Amino acid sequence: MMLYDYIVGPFAEFDFMRRALVGVLALGVGAGPIGVLMMLRRMSLAGDAMAHAILPGAAVGFLAAGLNLWAMTIGGMVAGFTVAIGAGAVARATQMKEDAALAAFYLVSLALGVLLVSLRGSNVDLLHVLFGTVLALDDPTLLLIVSIASITLLVLAVLWRPLVMESVDPGFLRSVSRAGAPSHLAFLALVVLNLVGGFHALGTLLAVGMMMLPAIAARFWSRELTTLVWLSVLIACGSGALGLLVSYHSGVPSGPAIILVAGGAYVLSVLFGPVGGLLPRLVPRRHLEA
Amino acid sequence: MAPVLAFRDLTLGYERHPAVHHLEGEVPERSLLAVCGPNGAGKSTLLKGIAGVLAPLSGRIEGAVPAQETAYLPQAAEVDRSFPIDVYDLVAMGLWRRTGLFGGIGRADRARIEAAIAAVGLEGFEDRPIATLSGGQMQRTLFARLLLQDARLILLDEPFNALDAGTIADLTALVERWNGEGRTVVAVLHDLELVRAHFPQTLLLARSTVAWGATLDVLTTSNLAVARRMCEAWDENAPACAPGEAA
Repeated sequence: MMLYDYIVGPFAEFDFMRRALVGVLALGVGAGPIGVLMMLRRMSLAGDAMAHAILPGAAVGFLAAGLNLWAMTIGGMVAGFTVAIGAGAVARATQMKEDAALAAFYLVSLALGVLLVSLRGSNVDLLHVLFGTVLALDDPTLLLIVSIASITLLVLAVLWRPLVMESVDPGFLRSVSRAGAPSHLAFLALVVLNLVGGFHALGTLLAVGMMMLPAIAARFWSRELTTLVWLSVLIACGSGALGLLVSYHSGVPSGPAIILVAGGAYVLSVLFGPVGGLLPRLVPRRHLEA
Repeated sequence: MAPVLAFRDLTLGYERHPAVHHLEGEVPERSLLAVCGPNGAGKSTLLKGIAGVLAPLSGRIEGAVPAQETAYLPQAAEVDRSFPIDVYDLVAMGLWRRTGLFGGIGRADRARIEAAIAAVGLEGFEDRPIATLSGGQMQRTLFARLLLQDARLILLDEPFNALDAGTIADLTALVERWNGEGRTVVAVLHDLELVRAHFPQTLLLARSTVAWGATLDVLTTSNLAVARRMCEAWDENAPACAPGEAA
């Protein structure tokens, strides 16, 4: 019964742990597939840039209305959409590559945010924006996170084909359809939505970790897209649950604990993953006959 | 026969520098046209113009074929070879015009996909990730996708580069089959022997037309020498082209 007390006990006993669990599981379900597409579209760092862009928006919302869910959410979304869609539009309309456009936009957004925050003086509560409050998710916040996960899955189901085609062969999609640009922008919007959902639980900066680490870890285990998505969701949800337990039992902050567990999954994958992992490379097996 | 494509004083280029200069001419329906010329002659640029990827600097392209019935295989297809997708799914993309966002892929479609894969000689490769394909197998895969696009106008930009003789023979047979089915094929090619053997019509391009007509009349030693001479590098300080001096 030791194991039961250790794993199920905290969730059975405490309401806040159950809420946190629902929150991280919903985050994992939405962020898992988004992260896989980000990684395959070589946008692994773009998520980080967007998280930086969201931070000032959330901070402005906080300064305007205090620790208000909707003010911070809307602020974060406005800043995130502006940067993501602005950078995407500039990249498509000009010669500029998307990564460069994104860097330009998020740096301006970040600087603007820091300026606004400093005008109003700093506040300890702002730490909530930076590091999240996964152990204090109230009903509206939980509803927001779960809604975002649902919207994400629905939109991905609709846009999966053009998104995959644009990742594999953008030139071909351009030649047969005009769906490329709108689906890319919709995808960027989903990234922002998931980061905004994530920052309530994990903070703006760590929210990217829930998105990218499971996806990158999954790449070491499969060469098949559908499997990658499932693995990524599994690793994200598993890291969430395990991270909460680690945080509960050792008294460390839960946001970083969750991301560090995901980081552990990444390290294990790098070492042991059958698709290009280190150990399978160091211990070569005999080559095949054909 | 009605032209499937007509170039009217067409100038295509980059940053105002013409790569195809005042091109005039028509491609009849059911043509099998080779576009030849030295490097920098504007061959790929012309195909981009026809495919609608590049807007003309002046003049226009008149076409009887709507964009969705045109299939374009660019010289360096932008395929991300590291993407986790297999041969079957990549070929299936050729059905986009029919399926769009939501259309299911039914039994008849699956049969067509399998037939296309068989037609390019890739049976047994259906489940192979594209990362594991050789250059020739990749090009066969892209041809299978072209096959499914069922296009009336097919544009191929140097489709046989760096391929072995067997692959070239197979893919050339496919091109001839398309033409036999009444499709128009415009292909940029460098192998003049291949052009002489399989392409009845040739456009010899050196930014403007050197010769356009029956292949054997076009690909003469003197025409080829003219083409090489005409194809100078772009001049950074070239004056604006006056409408009266159209070459």
